Amino acid sequence: MADTALPAPRRPFVARYPSVLIFIGLLAVFTVAVTVLAEGFGIGVVSTSFVKTLGKTLCLCLVALAMDLVWGYCGILSLGHMAFFGIGGYAIGMWLMYARTEIIVTESLAAAPLPPTAQEISDGIATQIFGVVGASEFPPIWTFAHSLPLQLLAVVLVPGLIALVFGWLAFRSRVTGVYLSILTQAMTLALALYLFQNDSGLRGNNGLSGLQNLPGMDDVPQATISIVFFWASALALGLGYIVCAWVVSGKFGSVIRAIRDDEARVRFLGYSVEAYKLFIFTFSAVLAAIAGALYYPQAGIINPAEIAPIASIYLAVWVAIGGRGRLYGAVIGAAFVSLLSTWFTGGQAPDVNLGFYTVQWVDWWTILLGLSFVCVTLFAPRGMGGLIDVIIERRSPDRHGADLGPEPGALQEKEADR
Amino acid sequence: MSTLLEVSGVSVSFDGFKAINNLTFQIGEAEMRAVIGPNGAGKTTFMDIITGKTKPDSGKVIWGERSVSLLSMSESRIAQEGIGRKFQRPTVFEDQTVADNLMLALKKNRSPFAVLRFRPGREDHDKVAELAERIGLSSALQRKSGELSHGQKQWLEIGMLLAQDPRLLLVDEPAAGMTPAEREHTTELLVEAAKTRAVVVVEHDMEFVRRLNCKVTVLHEGSVLAEGSLDHVTNDDRVIEVYLGR
Ligand SMILES: Nc1ncnc2c1ncn2[C@@H]1O[C@H](COP(=O)(O)OP(=O)(O)O)[C@@H](O)[C@H]1O
Ligand SMILES: [Mg+2]
Repeated sequence: MADTALPAPRRPFVARYPSVLIFIGLLAVFTVAVTVLAEGFGIGVVSTSFVKTLGKTLCLCLVALAMDLVWGYCGILSLGHMAFFGIGGYAIGMWLMYARTEIIVTESLAAAPLPPTAQEISDGIATQIFGVVGASEFPPIWTFAHSLPLQLLAVVLVPGLIALVFGWLAFRSRVTGVYLSILTQAMTLALALYLFQNDSGLRGNNGLSGLQNLPGMDDVPQATISIVFFWASALALGLGYIVCAWVVSGKFGSVIRAIRDDEARVRFLGYSVEAYKLFIFTFSAVLAAIAGALYYPQAGIINPAEIAPIASIYLAVWVAIGGRGRLYGAVIGAAFVSLLSTWFTGGQAPDVNLGFYTVQWVDWWTILLGLSFVCVTLFAPRGMGGLIDVIIERRSPDRHGADLGPEPGALQEKEADR
Repeated sequence: MSTLLEVSGVSVSFDGFKAINNLTFQIGEAEMRAVIGPNGAGKTTFMDIITGKTKPDSGKVIWGERSVSLLSMSESRIAQEGIGRKFQRPTVFEDQTVADNLMLALKKNRSPFAVLRFRPGREDHDKVAELAERIGLSSALQRKSGELSHGQKQWLEIGMLLAQDPRLLLVDEPAAGMTPAEREHTTELLVEAAKTRAVVVVEHDMEFVRRLNCKVTVLHEGSVLAEGSLDHVTNDDRVIEVYLGR
């Protein structure tokens, strides 16, 4: 390695990070292949419901990227990221539900002898939507639900603001490590508990439903809609990947990885660690929310259980299994584990009859997942992404097992990668 | 010579134990100063106070020609003011290359948005190469700094300090764990640096201090015991007692 005294001339972004190009290529091939095989535009080998599952998986990959950014690169183990995902879903869900109900109510009132007033229409919509929680008026939180652009704005602004305020309070008081993780759990738990209430204004535990029906598109078959959302999800994931790769590739990435390994040292270099953490946390929250906004129209329903603390813990497990601190690791982990989970919990996995006991995967899958998580943490901290290292034989520093930074909790040698 | 840093009447105690006791210290521009003292004398704590890591219970820390107080500033703000610090244990970012480490330290706009848009240009690469040359790590630029030997890490950290282009360098036991040849190189680096900026070196080793050939401050139990040339302080009875009398 002694021949690198002179700095290498600047090469294009994709040449320095070939994994980005490879990823985008694979994603494009996958997207086209699914389209060709699906019912909407292709030969119909892949069912519409499976297209939706794949589309949702792409969204989960996107939120895993967001998680990897804060955890794998910056060392902030956020166990509340699915709250942002959920908020994104709620924000888009409100418009979907409002606009569709509005069409239905307007149609039914059109049959009346007198043309309905705006108030009558509004009351009609409110009764339709909030009947299940015994209310018939719009809560203030629905003020902008009639407008798609405003709700789309809410998808990024609301989680962004929450992350900004939460992060500002937490990082400024230098809450780190496990305490920060607990704080993020508390945040997502508080949000879920609030949403579970009937008077939260978001239909309590019923959540928002019928989100797969796009307003004014009743004639368009779900087979087509599913492909449109699948493409939108693939596009979001591809763009998200490129933006994340750009963020972590340059000096910014260098700073946040330095913060992960020894944040005190970074301060003495003159970097405001808090500002960097706040930036990456907020950015990642917005990314998670965009993923959520694409996920829930494909899922069709969102309720507060989706925001429960366990969801965010699963997210961390995916990223750990995939390999944190590398973008493709997060994607691999999320895709692999969530698809496997769908298979096991969907009852497709054959039960294993041991004679004295029958292993039913619906129950045992969680235990299997937990065990794999423990095994990965203990024996393969690089996760599935580490397999790629084996293939390309990446060299890493020999630190004889010592920490990579002087602070307790700094990255261990075996966890480090490129 | 104008005063760059003035520490006056500073005290700090940890759980009732006075680690720094009414300490007063001054250093001018382009001055080299060695701070010596037995283990636990408060040398590291003294640096912690200047760099904002530890807030003193009382006293003043005044900086620069505008005489601003450092006490209300955050660590990163103080670093931006031009105070660089090398820790007792070498702390470099071991998961990143030597070049990355130097680039990280290079004097540039530190705000997240500026850093996000920053892409190193020709002159930045040249600067990094030149620094690497000075610390003898030219051939290791693309190696992960975790692979370096202990002495090389110490140099890398000194290189990162120089990259920051600070007006005041605080160097905590730079020669610890170095071979005699490595010590010599370290001395050269520090003496060279002190030509254009103030340097405070904390060291145990008298031989090393002698080679720095500068004014010496002796710390003991958190306050200044003696100050002057090395010969002056080593002939001081109280210094002899502190060093030899235990
Ligand atoms: N954060 C702290 N909490 C409690 N005691 C401390 C702390 N930092 C330093 N001390 C104590 O202050 C004294 C001076 O420490 P230090 O400045 O590290 O000494 P030196 O660097 O001169 O060897 C020591 O007795 C040490 O135990
Ligand atoms: Mg010390």
